Amino acid sequence: MTKSELIERLAEQSHLPIADVELSVRTILEIMSSALADGERIEIRGFGSFSLHHRKPRIGRNPKTGESVALPAKFVPHFKPGKELRDRVNDGAKNPGA
Amino acid sequence: MALTKADLATALFDEVGLNKREAREFIDNYFEAIRRSLEQGDSVKLSGYGNFQLRDKKTRPGRNPKTGEEIPIKARRVVTFKPGQKLRNRVESYVGSGDQ
Repeated sequence: MTKSELIERLAEQSHLPIADVELSVRTILEIMSSALADGERIEIRGFGSFSLHHRKPRIGRNPKTGESVALPAKFVPHFKPGKELRDRVNDGAKNPGA
Repeated sequence: MALTKADLATALFDEVGLNKREAREFIDNYFEAIRRSLEQGDSVKLSGYGNFQLRDKKTRPGRNPKTGEEIPIKARRVVTFKPGQKLRNRVESYVGSGDQ
């Protein structure tokens, strides 16, 4: 499912104009991205939580030239699925089409 | 303080102009639509944010950490999140406060 398919599905199940559905989806993603950019956790019960994980600085290599490059420490986004999502995804695998 | 569904609903009220009930329902429907897609075995791609993918794990030997007893970990399907380049770029320069 892509973002535009998600927008279509949400538009089908609401009485909102499509423009409001589009803007709502964009707003949700922007608020979530900017929370993470500010180092804030996101906790959605039944879905999961997003947080930042720290990556230590390391010496990387340019795969083409073999040259060493110093890579600074950074943060990367991390998602931990919540119990309801974990259970439903696993049950869905056991009973496809259910 | 973590960002929650209530904060997202407030943003839809403030920035889209949905009423409070519509905003709450929209947030619930949004996460439910993603859960349902993943439950049905279909990955979710939100460009600019990231992709939720499914991985099928094989049975592997495990151990009860309390008793030391050996118990197999059953085969299962799990969700993984692969952040998109745009989101990665936005968070990588965050200067940690040490509490992450």
